[in-house]
Amino acid sequence: MRIELKKRENMSALFSVLSPFIALGLTLIAGVILFVSLGKDPVSALYSFFIEPLTEVWSLHELAIKAAPLILIAVGLSVCYRSNNWNIGAEGQFIIGAMAGSVLPVVFHGWESPLMLPLMLICAMIGGAAYAAIPAFLKARLNTNEILTSLMLVYVAQLLLDWTVRGPWRNPEGFNFPETRNFADNAILPRIIETGKTHWGFGFALIAALVLWFIMRRTLKGFEISVLGQSARAGRFAGFSDKKMVYFAFLISGALAGLAGISEVSGAIGQLRPVISPGYGFTAIIVAFLGRLNPLGIVAAGLILALTYLGGEAAQISIGITDKVTRLFQGLLLFFVLGCDTLIHYRIRLVFGSAQKGSAT
Amino acid sequence: MDMTQAIILTIMTAATPLLLAAIGELVVERSGVLNLGVEGMMIMGAVAAFAIAQLTGSAGLGALGGLVAGMLFSLLFGFLTLTLVANQVATGLALTILGLGLSGMIGEAFIGLPGLKLAAIEIPLLSDIPFFGRLLFSQDPIFYTSIIAVIGVNWFLFRSRAGLRLRAIGDSHTSAHALGVKVVRTRYLAVMFGGACAGLAGAHLSIVYTPQWVENMTAGRGWIALALVVFASWRPTRVLAGAYLFGAVSIGQLHAQALGLGIPSQFLSALPYLATIAVLVIISLNRRMTLINTPASLGKSFVPER
Repeated sequence: MRIELKKRENMSALFSVLSPFIALGLTLIAGVILFVSLGKDPVSALYSFFIEPLTEVWSLHELAIKAAPLILIAVGLSVCYRSNNWNIGAEGQFIIGAMAGSVLPVVFHGWESPLMLPLMLICAMIGGAAYAAIPAFLKARLNTNEILTSLMLVYVAQLLLDWTVRGPWRNPEGFNFPETRNFADNAILPRIIETGKTHWGFGFALIAALVLWFIMRRTLKGFEISVLGQSARAGRFAGFSDKKMVYFAFLISGALAGLAGISEVSGAIGQLRPVISPGYGFTAIIVAFLGRLNPLGIVAAGLILALTYLGGEAAQISIGITDKVTRLFQGLLLFFVLGCDTLIHYRIRLVFGSAQKGSAT
Repeated sequence: MDMTQAIILTIMTAATPLLLAAIGELVVERSGVLNLGVEGMMIMGAVAAFAIAQLTGSAGLGALGGLVAGMLFSLLFGFLTLTLVANQVATGLALTILGLGLSGMIGEAFIGLPGLKLAAIEIPLLSDIPFFGRLLFSQDPIFYTSIIAVIGVNWFLFRSRAGLRLRAIGDSHTSAHALGVKVVRTRYLAVMFGGACAGLAGAHLSIVYTPQWVENMTAGRGWIALALVVFASWRPTRVLAGAYLFGAVSIGQLHAQALGLGIPSQFLSALPYLATIAVLVIISLNRRMTLINTPASLGKSFVPER
């Protein structure tokens, strides 16, 4: 048996909508198989993984808090991936953004000004963008592979954060724990509504998604992004600069990752620690693809991936399976998404037996 | 054993996994396929090797298990990118994410257990050569495999007919297909070879280098191996040189940490990653050489016309 692909004349509109759902369905089936093989009741396992976190108000707030960084980062990455710039170092830009944004509340502790928070956000965006500018510069100027440089910078950022928090920025009153001072009240990102924990990071995520959706759909810049992504040569004929696009894509995604970083630190954690992200920068890559690189799709995808984080924690408590299963689900989901996207451009046929003779003509 | 010998020996041990993973990826990329999942295949090899060594009591079977695990895992990538023509960059990333997750789950039962170490094989007579005998001829089997792989791949790519075909596919899959070369089949074989090498490289980490299981124990080595292939401009002998250079950098920083030169350990730990960036930058300064050596179809999907 072989699988044969036949190019569709037009993209299948049906499958562009359906493919993420098919992928989700396949992931659930894989989940059932996994839970059965671990000797757990698959129904109750899936319930505590995917439904239970949605049944209580506090966990819905947790969902929004976890979705915020994922959406912010993934929206930026969608600009990169659409324009064929492979920034996979968002995790590093997230960390550096968080650090840049934390300079004011940590180093200038006690500065009481309403400007504190806005300046923190701006610093974080500049920090993230500046860190993303390194692979962008190397790619635009020297043609250095941006995949590898942006990824290597993640490790560097993690080590830098580790050093800063254990060294110069360690809380002088913190009993030698590796963490910075707690942020003062004026450095804490406010909640959106008084009754729940969801902070403004989620608001930023929705705004960023809307703005970028508008840019991609309704402006010349959006057209430029997709033309250069599909063919740099065609883009150059149209007078677009692929070098400027490298900077544009990396700076936007870096700034958004930085914003996500400070939102998480200021809104959810309240101080810097050696580890501030459970891999948001990498999970956001999955979010971007599950959302089909469309900012509005990414909002939905971000919520789904946030659910896998919560589900992992819940399943660990209620049915006693390791929360490592979260990462497994996330990886499987990306696999299925990529596989199902084939259906959009190709018809898939199963060919039984040898088709050598037929194909020779 | 004197000090110099000891240091060279640790450099060789650090270089071996990089070398193996890179030489496998080199063949994959020469066939025109960019598999960014090296890190994922390596970590799967590491966990499989450790687990199988524990369960069977044989480190040798563990090494074999690591190799097979890497190869099976690479088939996932092959199916998606070669059969379903999915985007290679994204699929490679997916393989890495999946590998890190799956290995974390499998490995949970093995955390903290003392590992089995793959025994060295002393080659009679040759291991008695002063100084070099100890370094080159009383090593673990995976080290020997890595050296044989370099020589073998070099011969295969540049001296054999099949290697010529593989390079032709990497440079233009459409032309190669028109000439009757089996593009997809060859690429599958190349991807599986890359997976086997990465799996064995991972096995080296968990049953030779540090015989234990630690989550994420590959620590970016798969990515460094990918960079090495670019650095080597797709030539096996240069991969050998690059891997040992990186082995030296990572051992050098460990020694510097031990000496306590007053430099924060985090900065020293960042050195291998910064060195990777530096090396990539240096190599891309010579744009002509990169252009000549890069397989022209690298990363592009191929759908045979019917």
